[in-house]
Amino acid sequence: MENRTLLKEREKHILIKESFNTEINCDKPTLAGSVSQRACVFCGSRVVLYPIADAVHLVHGPIGCAAYTWDIRGSLSSGPELHRLSFSTDLTENEVIHGGEKKLSAALDNLISTYRPKAAFVYSTCIVGIIGDDVDAICKKLSSRYGIPVISVDSVGFQGTKKDGYAAACNSLFKLIGTGSTANIPKHSINIMGEFNLAGEAWIIKEYYRKIGIHVVSTMTGDGRIEEICRAHGASLNIVQCSGSMMQLARLMEEKYGIPYIRVSYFGLEDVALSLYSVADFFEDNPVIKQNARQLVFEEITKQQKEMEFYKSKLKGKKAAIYVGGAFKAFSLIKSLRSLGISVVLAGSQTGNAEDYKTLRELCDPGTIIIDDANPAELSKFILQKKTDLFIGGVKERPMAMKLGIGFCDHNHERQIPLAGFEGNLNFAKEICSSLLSPVWKFTKSREGGAI
Amino acid sequence: MLLRHTKKEVADRKALTINPAKTCQPIGAMYAALGINGCLPHSHGSQGCCAYHRSSLTRHYKEPVMAGTSSFTEGASVFGGQANLVQAINNIFTIYNPEIIAVHTTCLSETIGDDLPQIISKAEEDGKVPEGKKIIYASTPSYVGSHITGFSNMVEGIVKGFAKPGIKISDLYNVIPGWVEPSDMAEIKRIMSVMKINSIMFPDTSGVMNAPQTGKHEFFPKGGTSSQDLSKTGSAAHTFALGSWASKGAANLLSKTAQVPFSVCDIPIGLKATDRFLMELARISGNEISSELEFERGQVADIITDMHQYLYGKKVALWGDPDQLIPLTEFLTDLDMVPAHIVTGTPGKAFEKRIMEICSEKGITPNVKCGAQADMYLMHQWILNEPVDLLIGNTYGKYMSRDMNIPFVRHGFPIYDRIGHSYFPTVGYRGAMRLLELMLSAIMNKLDREAPEEGFELVM
Repeated sequence: MENRTLLKEREKHILIKESFNTEINCDKPTLAGSVSQRACVFCGSRVVLYPIADAVHLVHGPIGCAAYTWDIRGSLSSGPELHRLSFSTDLTENEVIHGGEKKLSAALDNLISTYRPKAAFVYSTCIVGIIGDDVDAICKKLSSRYGIPVISVDSVGFQGTKKDGYAAACNSLFKLIGTGSTANIPKHSINIMGEFNLAGEAWIIKEYYRKIGIHVVSTMTGDGRIEEICRAHGASLNIVQCSGSMMQLARLMEEKYGIPYIRVSYFGLEDVALSLYSVADFFEDNPVIKQNARQLVFEEITKQQKEMEFYKSKLKGKKAAIYVGGAFKAFSLIKSLRSLGISVVLAGSQTGNAEDYKTLRELCDPGTIIIDDANPAELSKFILQKKTDLFIGGVKERPMAMKLGIGFCDHNHERQIPLAGFEGNLNFAKEICSSLLSPVWKFTKSREGGAI
Repeated sequence: MLLRHTKKEVADRKALTINPAKTCQPIGAMYAALGINGCLPHSHGSQGCCAYHRSSLTRHYKEPVMAGTSSFTEGASVFGGQANLVQAINNIFTIYNPEIIAVHTTCLSETIGDDLPQIISKAEEDGKVPEGKKIIYASTPSYVGSHITGFSNMVEGIVKGFAKPGIKISDLYNVIPGWVEPSDMAEIKRIMSVMKINSIMFPDTSGVMNAPQTGKHEFFPKGGTSSQDLSKTGSAAHTFALGSWASKGAANLLSKTAQVPFSVCDIPIGLKATDRFLMELARISGNEISSELEFERGQVADIITDMHQYLYGKKVALWGDPDQLIPLTEFLTDLDMVPAHIVTGTPGKAFEKRIMEICSEKGITPNVKCGAQADMYLMHQWILNEPVDLLIGNTYGKYMSRDMNIPFVRHGFPIYDRIGHSYFPTVGYRGAMRLLELMLSAIMNKLDREAPEEGFELVM
């Protein structure tokens, strides 16, 4: 595998820091035939909206689209679990020929009358884009019949990339925002955006804000509730974490409601502290918030110092590869790994844009390989070439890393333990350390310069 | 209560599927293609399909799953996917260099009317297919059938691509295993070898989807049926097709194109189905049933006699794929257990008939449904109305198991949360022993956990 050639068209998607007189090629559709790790528009919308727990999420399409997205993200709810069910119109040949509108209408009718949800989202899939069902009209009809928002999510699979799916999700949320009452929202209040409550991470972050004296109006969308989203325009500030998915919504809200936003990250001590401080700085009229933030950061860092020193001593000098969905997460990971003494030798993303890659370059050490929309052939080639010890990625990358005999940490949907916040930082160090130093590597044919 | 939203009363719902007991055709085609040596599956459709199938198979097998995609865009959906597929074929042979590309369609490419045979011959004419390399294909629109019919269609695609009429080799036999685990495929091969029957199995994912850690990322692992073997399938004396849903189509096609007669057997799960399979092997090959297998059969019977008290009368809910559910239901009745609720999302009326035949012999009338709206929601409703003692099915049973405290044996596809299925078969007599172990452990663990202190027994 390591000796495979790269496709000519792909060369421009890969940069080696140092030799960058050229721009990286990104934000482009994937080359046909590439074993890409990317997904589709529908996937983008589905992952962003699905954590809203008191809505029904109906997938209008053949069964696969619903089956593959059934409860795969581990977005936790403190109340209803409606989002963990898989609803589908299960389109068959008959509807492909005669149209699926009747079926969609009946399915929605059934769902809303049975579950009385706070809202319904209808996701369009590839086939709906082809057969031309008027999903908007049906949603409108059902919305007026039941008096709840029934939102048509424009997520036809082939009409763009996963990012366009994020945009469609943002547009859907934007339709809800502004429809609720903003009574009793205190001045020092925020919306947490781009936080999906994987392994309960939203709860950790909300607790930080509570401690420093800031009210959270809504979380979009982890442990999300329709009513909270509807009144999100009452907040004073938007805090955007997963910027790839939520920046568009933050911009829309700024434009319409004059709510400013800041980009933050809760991965790694440096970024968690920075995030809390920048929010505190925004509310400078109340200096207590900043004091509280300082206190919190101090306490939390002190609490884990000793344990972190232990992990640092084990991890110092190791080399990591990062391949993530959105590039913004890569920035935090690089900093966080660096603080553990680990250098990043390969960094890539599925959906980064030109600006992201610019930042990535500035952040990376000389010689780092920067890669857009990578495929497994490229990833394994560079992992071996760079003598990487550790891979940070998602479900499709895991077994590849394991076969290569290097450590792995899932920083995507399938993480089982929180990696955000202060405790997440400790968990992250623990997880990569245990994977890197697992006794199993003593029993495997690891390549030279590998994990051991 | 994760399933707190289920309404106990079963009401008619024609337009809505909740918590499906099936998935779509293309993933089946992808799994089948992975069982050919040196083959790269290719999804002709949007990128999401391919990503979902790869993720899903990766979660189940915990192996790297490689597959290409035509990466449809708006343009392709208007002007057709020919340009994308031809470019993909060119790129795949250039960079990944497989022996074979196995192309399957999706709902998108089917609906816009892409003609695979025509596009593939275009690629061949344009010199995009290197000498000695091959492209096979299957039509697998997602709005027809299920993952099982998709698997079946790709197995037919394999026959279409490789099998040619040839001079019969009297001692060569084909086995089409159906969508079973790599461990099951390995066990079926062992049975053939113990029976001294020279056979070609296709597809064969053993060694591919349960590959060892080697320190290398093999794009094309060592396992899988070789193209050499595949090209001999038309010369075989007979084909044993396991399962009407997943394997019969290919066996039938092989008999038409290369005059290879076939028998359709149930997947050998449990005593009776394995007995029948071995007798069929013996009948066709003329070889005697090996004493080694008879010994194993005796062991199965021995376990049942030892543990019958924990099994009899226990009600079971099971779901999965028809070719598995039929022999599994039969096995349960032979264990004196009571199949109470049976669901498969894969359509085919013959399923319900077969199940009722098996059950009526024992005077059992289970709830059984297949096809549209035969889903896990219905299954939950049935169980709420008539509780059971054991669940057997894929990972999606874990919500019910937790909410209702019912022992649960994972079997079928997908299993996202446990290991074992890739390595330990549930077919043949050895597989029957494993099923017994799994079921008994699940049932007896609950007995131990819930026994009052004074009723807690050391010896069981």
